[in-house]
Amino acid sequence: MRANFLAMMTCSAMTIAVAAQAETLTIATVNNGDMIRMQKLAGAFTEKHPDIELEWVTLEENVLRQRVTTDIATKGGQYDIMTIGTYEVPIWAAQNWLVPLDFGPEYDVDDLLPAIRAGLSMDGTLYAAPFYGESSFVMYRKDLFEEAGLEMPEAPSWDFIGEAARKITDKDSEIYGICLRGKAGWGENMAFLTAMANSFGARWFDMEWNPQFDQPEWKEALQFYIDLMNDAGPPGASSNGFNENLALFQTGKCGMWIDATVAASFVSNPDESQVADKVGFALAPDKGLGKRGNWLWAWSLAVPAGSQKTDAAKTFIAWATSKEYSALVAEEEGWANVPPGTRTSLYENPAYQEAAPFADLTIKSIQAADPTSPTVEDVPYVGVQFVAIPEFQGIGTAVGQQFSAALAGQSSVDQALSNAQALTQREMQKAGYPK
Amino acid sequence: MARAVSTRTRLTFTVIGWLVGFVIFFPILWTVLTSFKSEGAAIATPPQFLFFEWTAENYVEVNSRSDYLKHFMNSVVISLGSTLLGLLIAIPAAWAMAFAPTKRTKDVLLWMLSTKMLPAVGVLVPIYLLFRDAGLLDTRIGLVLVLTMANLPIIVWMLYTYFREIPGDILEAARMDGASLAKEIIYVLTPMAVPGIASTLLLNIILAWNEAFWTLNLTAAKAAPLTAFIASYSSPEGLFWAKLSAASTLAIAPILIMGWFSQRQLVRGLTFGAVK
Repeated sequence: MRANFLAMMTCSAMTIAVAAQAETLTIATVNNGDMIRMQKLAGAFTEKHPDIELEWVTLEENVLRQRVTTDIATKGGQYDIMTIGTYEVPIWAAQNWLVPLDFGPEYDVDDLLPAIRAGLSMDGTLYAAPFYGESSFVMYRKDLFEEAGLEMPEAPSWDFIGEAARKITDKDSEIYGICLRGKAGWGENMAFLTAMANSFGARWFDMEWNPQFDQPEWKEALQFYIDLMNDAGPPGASSNGFNENLALFQTGKCGMWIDATVAASFVSNPDESQVADKVGFALAPDKGLGKRGNWLWAWSLAVPAGSQKTDAAKTFIAWATSKEYSALVAEEEGWANVPPGTRTSLYENPAYQEAAPFADLTIKSIQAADPTSPTVEDVPYVGVQFVAIPEFQGIGTAVGQQFSAALAGQSSVDQALSNAQALTQREMQKAGYPK
Repeated sequence: MARAVSTRTRLTFTVIGWLVGFVIFFPILWTVLTSFKSEGAAIATPPQFLFFEWTAENYVEVNSRSDYLKHFMNSVVISLGSTLLGLLIAIPAAWAMAFAPTKRTKDVLLWMLSTKMLPAVGVLVPIYLLFRDAGLLDTRIGLVLVLTMANLPIIVWMLYTYFREIPGDILEAARMDGASLAKEIIYVLTPMAVPGIASTLLLNIILAWNEAFWTLNLTAAKAAPLTAFIASYSSPEGLFWAKLSAASTLAIAPILIMGWFSQRQLVRGLTFGAVK
């Protein structure tokens, strides 16, 4: 009896000792389906690594951005792993705020999609590992196109999109030819408009960092967008972001919607969408200038330089962004739920191609975007739908407000562009550009 | 003499009163209703008011994904702790201002209020650095301290207003009977100011419970209260309205119930001294 008791005490003491030795990783993530799934499946990781415990902090994207930026800029050390986007990685890596990621050969870093890898590397070193990647493309209603006698090409032009949107529009029965982002914000309307402007030959800055809103390419792009939205867009479009357009499209009010590839799985999910069986996909439109109007984004996992547990953090990141993790998701939840847009091998997998009918166009869209050469003419910055400099969040949102006001009819296209030019010039001068 | 009020007037005012009440309450009602919808029904146009398929799946999902009890306990400790600590400092401060004013008392009061005029984000980085060096990041005690400081001006102002309504002669009588300063405050002033203190307490618990700047920015995994619990269900890309509503309903339920039971106290305290 006594011996039993002693053995039990020893056992519990040992358990406590193991628990005390275990390292706890605090992981900051955004709230989206793929990240939540990772939290659910993380048990498989801790089973393999009993010495590592995981604590999750899930926050809305903008709250998370503010939160992790404060922490990393002050070296607060609250997080061991942060979920950050392609916008932050080049800026933070240049500040030496991130730990370089060097994984073993079994990680197969060459399997990462080149466009995504380029966006997350500096001087050839990877600073964040992509968890899921996305581009943007056209989602359209096959039934409405058929009724109107239209056929969507795989790679449409802006002229075709404009013509089709106007033809489909039937405002009396609340069918709008096209739904596009209009809500002001660098990650809202400016993500769409910057990518769109790239395909019109426009760019944010020339090689000397001079703003380019006074150039004819921007005028053409913005005029096209505003005319199109006035003729064929839903009412109140200047306050529509991703979620508002998603709701409109899912309830059958939009003929077309150009937005994130991740939306494909939502609009074709019969539990959520009334038009699930009528959705077709096409590449983002172009203007024949060699660039398409699609963006590139990857939510990625990185280790902040303030973390005391870099080895354990790297071990977790290697697991979460590995082929092994993809296989685990496929086994537990099916291939359609594997995080998209990060690895070439996933798109070569016949099981995935079959489960995700939009896989082919997603990969083509991602490959069509090059963050290191996003525009027709040369630019001094990295980023497709953003400019990877710290000042961009502020400037991008201010310009977004000008364009949103033009869409709402509060100012003209010329006025919006000249305001955008003036404010960007002022902010860039204040920030000390050209550097 | 009471004025005669016709039934018609009374009826009109009752209807208007109910209407205004309903309009104010509607967003909360809508949140609660949405929490029982599926994600698809939550965004349906036209919106479905009562006739939808009721489901509790959002509550199941929210509870399986996050630890409600942990966040709830953090909220309780932080809001109660900061309010009690605030009262401990504010009662003597308000006593001094109400019963032993100097020519600078008015300025001090105004200066205290002026600390509320700076947006919190303006001092985020200094506070964050102080907290980092003191090891207070992501701790309950850190949040108790910062929320005490944030709400202290309001607590002092409220108590000062109530204390001024209490005749100073009573305190003087206590003093003449030989009561020390501490005894005077604890045994004479505090019991007389109970309605005022109670409403200050309730209002500040509500303020601290709903505070969503410091509680989000100074916490990570351990001390995060219910505000962080809500923030984890909002998303700019993807539909989470129903789950977000379920999380919000769970987060506001305790404070709503507390407010319901103490509404008489709250109203009495808030109108204390207003009608004489």
